[in-house]
Parts: sequence; structure tokens; C-alpha cells
Amino acid sequence: MARVYIFKGFERFWHWTQALLIITMLVTGFEVHGTYQLLGWSKAADLHTTSAWGLMALWVFAIFWHFTTGEWRQYIPTTHKMIDVALFYAFGIFKGEHHPYLKTKNRKHNPLQRVAYLGVKLFINPLLWCSGLFYLFYNQLGTVGLGGMPLGLIALAHTVGAFLMLLFLIAHVYLGTAGHTPTAHFKAMITGWDDDVNEEPQGAKAQ
Amino acid sequence: MKMIKQAMIVFATLAFMSAAYPANAPDSAQAPQKLLKSTADHSKFKELQKEFTSGPEVTKACLSCHTEAAKQVHLTQHWKWEFRNPDSQQLLGKKHVVNNFCTSVTSNYKACASCHIGYNTDGPNFDMTSESNVDCLVCHDQTGKYKKPSGFAGNPVTKDTEFPPGSGKIIRAVNLSDVAQKVGQTKRTTCGACHFYGGGGDGVKHGDLDSSLEAPDKALDVHMDAKGLNFSCSTCHKTDGHQVPGSRYAPTAQDKDGAHIRGKVDHSNPATCQSCHGQVPHKKEAKLNDHTDKVACQTCHIPSFARGDVPTKMSWDWSTAGKRDEKGKPLVVKNEDGHDIYLGIKGDFVYGENVKPEYIWFNGKNKYTLSDDKIEKANQPIWINKFEGSADDGKSMIWPIKLFRGKQPFDAENKTLAINHLAGQDDDAYWKNMNWDKAIAAGMAAAGKPFSGKYDFIETAAMWPITHMVAPKDKALGCNDCHASNGRLEKVDGIYIPGRGRDHIGLLDTAGWALAGLSLLGVIGHGIGRIMSAKRKH
Repeated sequence: MARVYIFKGFERFWHWTQALLIITMLVTGFEVHGTYQLLGWSKAADLHTTSAWGLMALWVFAIFWHFTTGEWRQYIPTTHKMIDVALFYAFGIFKGEHHPYLKTKNRKHNPLQRVAYLGVKLFINPLLWCSGLFYLFYNQLGTVGLGGMPLGLIALAHTVGAFLMLLFLIAHVYLGTAGHTPTAHFKAMITGWDDDVNEEPQGAKAQ
Repeated sequence: MKMIKQAMIVFATLAFMSAAYPANAPDSAQAPQKLLKSTADHSKFKELQKEFTSGPEVTKACLSCHTEAAKQVHLTQHWKWEFRNPDSQQLLGKKHVVNNFCTSVTSNYKACASCHIGYNTDGPNFDMTSESNVDCLVCHDQTGKYKKPSGFAGNPVTKDTEFPPGSGKIIRAVNLSDVAQKVGQTKRTTCGACHFYGGGGDGVKHGDLDSSLEAPDKALDVHMDAKGLNFSCSTCHKTDGHQVPGSRYAPTAQDKDGAHIRGKVDHSNPATCQSCHGQVPHKKEAKLNDHTDKVACQTCHIPSFARGDVPTKMSWDWSTAGKRDEKGKPLVVKNEDGHDIYLGIKGDFVYGENVKPEYIWFNGKNKYTLSDDKIEKANQPIWINKFEGSADDGKSMIWPIKLFRGKQPFDAENKTLAINHLAGQDDDAYWKNMNWDKAIAAGMAAAGKPFSGKYDFIETAAMWPITHMVAPKDKALGCNDCHASNGRLEKVDGIYIPGRGRDHIGLLDTAGWALAGLSLLGVIGHGIGRIMSAKRKH
């Protein structure tokens, strides 16, 4: 195992800004939904909308970064060692076993992470963005031939997305503590340096 | 030498300028001449420089110049008291409707006609063709001294008169010559002389029209603000040929047109908000413009009615009328503000101030229950008038209304609303004798309607559009007023309002929070497990 610079500057900026925006949008979004009163509806709606535009802008850069650097390959799903990883979180972790997945710089996500992140990127995010943009531009939907779409349905889809994001957030934050020390993953995500990386790359590219 | 020459040129120039300056502005010393608004000073007209002994005499003088005015007025609702609803074909107007205030004008013309723009309006068959009976002064008076007291069939009093006879109360004469010589355009007080006092007193009927609008401040009405925009009624109710647009018998619930433009022919109602403000009036908060397809402007911009310290009547229960005090006179009970809350001749009232409106879908259709319509106690409240509409008819907007509740006599066998004879000095008038049998029999007879002789009281309700008393924008409703559970629009069906709990699919929220809770418990349990196992090892 070696200390390796695994999360680059932009990646960390993107991650933490996105984290802040998503948490803000969960808090304000459920207020807009009517679950509780915190900021007052109009402030919550304003902040939610502003954060949404911020996140979209961030994503334009993030997508560009992923494709130009080839980092998108980190999210290609694999079944290799998936069962082992699941078994580790179910049992092995309590016995002090080492994580069965040996990460490298080019394959830094374990198979469960890959499938979870890919799910967020390919399902939860598009669901939230599409329904969110429909929500924002509800009155203009008629001009693109979608005028008959009820707002209740759009809101329903958006709320489903929000709950899925909340579930992801809970699991993601908790699993952040499941490194070889409870703070290891957080440190890596903040500094970029991870001291639990396999020195020998298992291939030039992620599988 | 050169310097001297230059100095001389400068001096000469200055001297010339100082001489020229006053010459260029010869008017500056005099006050500018005041531009008169009107081309006519009616006090200079020979036709008006005389004693008038009756209203029609004045009208004849008016018509000697304004030759076609009466013909215009004859075509108005103000004159005819009759209106055929083009949509429902119901025959409406004061002549025909039964309301839940003083119920009907039919046998009460001498009293009610004080708000008719005519003279000698002594019954339902008043002379609709008479030009001299058109009352020009009631709308065009500028003195505030022109009065048409109740009981005189729409006539002003031209000699001091004791009324009711033998009461010792003297009604002072109006100097018609003075009023006639000072006529001018209508203003808030002329329209308000009737429209502020409908239902028998200040603010009683509408809720958004009362004497506080004679000189309102900005907070009460942003347009009529006496120190600001100072609109008169006709600024919006833009009248052409004496035809005043904007009637609540057939209101414009939805106006999808843009703002009216000078020179462009536009036949849509000029009294709507949109006729000036258009469809996208919100400049700073563009998202607000997304509301203008479903929410009437009034809904947010009139946060409450009866805001000018004049209370409005919210309900009227005729069934309790008839009580007398120890002297045998009709009982009078006042509240701490001095307003009648019980009158022996009228029953119980409830007043309201700063009233939050009710909100409904309204598509402009206004259906009345008329005197021939069958009504059943099982269907209480009977809708005196009901605004129709729904979320999905494409014509409805969410409107604020005043819901006025009543309980009034009806013919218990024929199942119709009763026409009641209330006013007058005769034996049958309820306000004289407090005898329903006689009052209803006389009222029904005057209307030519059958009366079984059996009466009962029935609960009724009426809808009044709220459209005046527009508040300044900082006093308009905010998002939170409606985007909440139990907010202003809680009862409005058929629309998804973000933030309103009743629109949620309960199962989704329950399942979502349950899963989130279980996940949280799961990770906490997992974490505790890790801590415990780590401790065991050490």
C-alpha cells in the first residue's frame, strides 16, 4: 500500500461543491414540497432554484472534465469482486479484515461504488434535472408540445428523485467512514492523497 | 493694446448678453396661465341661471344642449335596472333579482330608487322612455350636496320636508340651481354615493367598496390613492356614451388580452387589471408571471377587503327580526363600535373588517336563483348567485370573493324565494309593522307572484367579486400565503400547489421517509457493530 495522489484538484472542488449544493437542495426542496417550514417558502424556492442553476453549471464543467481526462472510465460497472465487497461490508468489516478490493489510481472505485455512482449519474440525476427543469419552466411546456403534463406528475417525479438522492446521501456519507480508518476517505477527498492505494497499477486503464 | 481690445470685446459681449437675457424670457416674470380642464363653465349658461323646482326641470335644461344624453342613458343598466345575461339568458338587474340583503326592490321602489339614476321611479313600471326623468345630477354633481333621500322615488327634495310625515324629522331642500351650475365629470364620491352604500349603509354590500375610498391612502388602494395616482372610478370603468363597462352580473373572470393601446380598437373590458398591466406585469420576479394563467391578479394583490376602517356585512339573519324593546319600538342592539348588530326590523347582522376573502375557481359564469326558481331547504345554502368554474375548463381563474350569508323568508309551499314588502308608510310594510304575513303577501302581490300564505326562513349565500382596494405591491400576498398547508388556497381543488400537503401522494412521502429512516438506522447499527467489534479486538 502506498500514499498516492488520487483525487485531483478539480475533482475535489467538483465533489465538495456538489455536496454542498445537493444538501442545500435537499433541505430547501423538502421545504418547497411542504414537509416543514425553515426558511420560508419563497426563500427556500429561491435558494433551491439558484442552487439548481449552480449545479447545472458545475456539471457542464464536470462532464467536460470527465471526458477530456478519461476519468469517466472510473464508472464503468464491473461484477469483478462485487460479491466479495458486499460480503466484506456485511461481515468482514466487523472482523477487521482488509477491504477485498485493491484500488489503484485508475480504478479507484470498488464495484459497489461504481454501480452506485453510475446509478446516480444515469438515473437519479437525470430524473431530478428533467423533472426540475419541467417544474421551473412549467408554463412554457406548451410551446414544446408538453402543455398537457400535469404539474402534480412533474412534482411526483421530482420528489421520487429527491428521496433517492437522500438515500444515496445517507449511505454515501456513512460508507465514507468505512475506510481503513474512519476518517481516511474524508482525508483523501479533502487532500487528494490516499494512503491505501495499491502501488502496482492493475492495468493502464480502468476495466 | 491687444489686451484692452479683448477686454472690450468681453465686456461688450457680457453687456449684450445681460440685455438679451431678459428679452429672451419675457414670460418669466408672469405666472403661467392656468389651463382649464373643461371648455365650459356651466354657471355661465343662461339655461341654468334659474330656480328649479324639480329634477326633471334640470334635466330638460341639460338636454337642451346635451341633446342625445338621455338616449344614451336609456340604454344603460344604471337606467333600466335590467340585464339579460348573454351567457345564461337569465333576466337580471335590480328589477328582477332577489338578494340576501333587503331582498327585492319590487314593492320598495320609493325607497330603493334613491339609487336609481332617474326621477319618479315609483314602481317596477316606471316610465323607461321619459328623457326628462333621467337624473344627470346624481352622477355629475360636484358639490356633494345633491341627495336623493329614501322614500322619494328617486327625487331630490326641493323644499324642506318633514319625513316621514308627522315624525318631526326635516329633510333639507337641495338647491338644484347651484348643483346644476357646478356639474362636472363623475368622481369617486358621485359613483360612491350609491356604490359605497349599497345594502342600506356604508360598506354593507361589496366589502371592497365603501366611503373609505372617497379619499383613500396608498395602502388602501394603490390606484385611487388621493395623494398619488388618484384614479376616479371611470379611469378603469372607462365609459363611452354613458355605457359603463365592468358589471358583476357578467364579470370578466379571465382576460387573456394584452394591455390596451391608444388608437388600437379593443372591445375587451377596459376595467380588468390586464387591460393596463398586460399578461406579464411582474418585472423583478419573473416567476410570478407564471401565475397569471391561473391566478387572478386580485387574489394576491387584494390581501383582504374592508381595509378602510369601514366594516362590511358578512351575514344577515332575517329570521330573528321582529323583537321590540320595552317601549314597544323595534329593538336596536349595537356593538362597541356603534354598528347595529341587531335591528328589530331587520334581524341579526355580523360585520367584518380586514376580511380574508374566500377563493374559488371562476370562469365568468354567474348563475342566479331567481324568484321563480324552486328551492329546497335540503339544499341550503341556496345560492342567490354562484360563480361557476373549475380548474380544467380553461376559462377559470382563482378569484377572491366575499361570501355573504343570509337567512331570509321563502314561500314554504311554493318553494320560492319571497319578495318582501319592507319600506313604506303603509300597513303592510315590514319596517312599519313587523308582520311577515302581510309583508310577504304584499311583496308577492306587487311582483305578481303566487304566495301560498306559508313562509319559512331559508339559508342563502351570495358571491361578490373582490376587485377593488388593490394594495401596494409590498402589501400583496407572498409565496408563503398559498404555498403551504392550510394557506389561502387550501380549499381550491384541481390544482397542484407546491408546498400544500393535501396535494402530496401520501404513500410516496411515507415510503420515502420510512426508507430514509431505515437507512439511517441501518448505517447507525452498522457503525455501532464496527465500534463494538473493534473494541473486542483490543
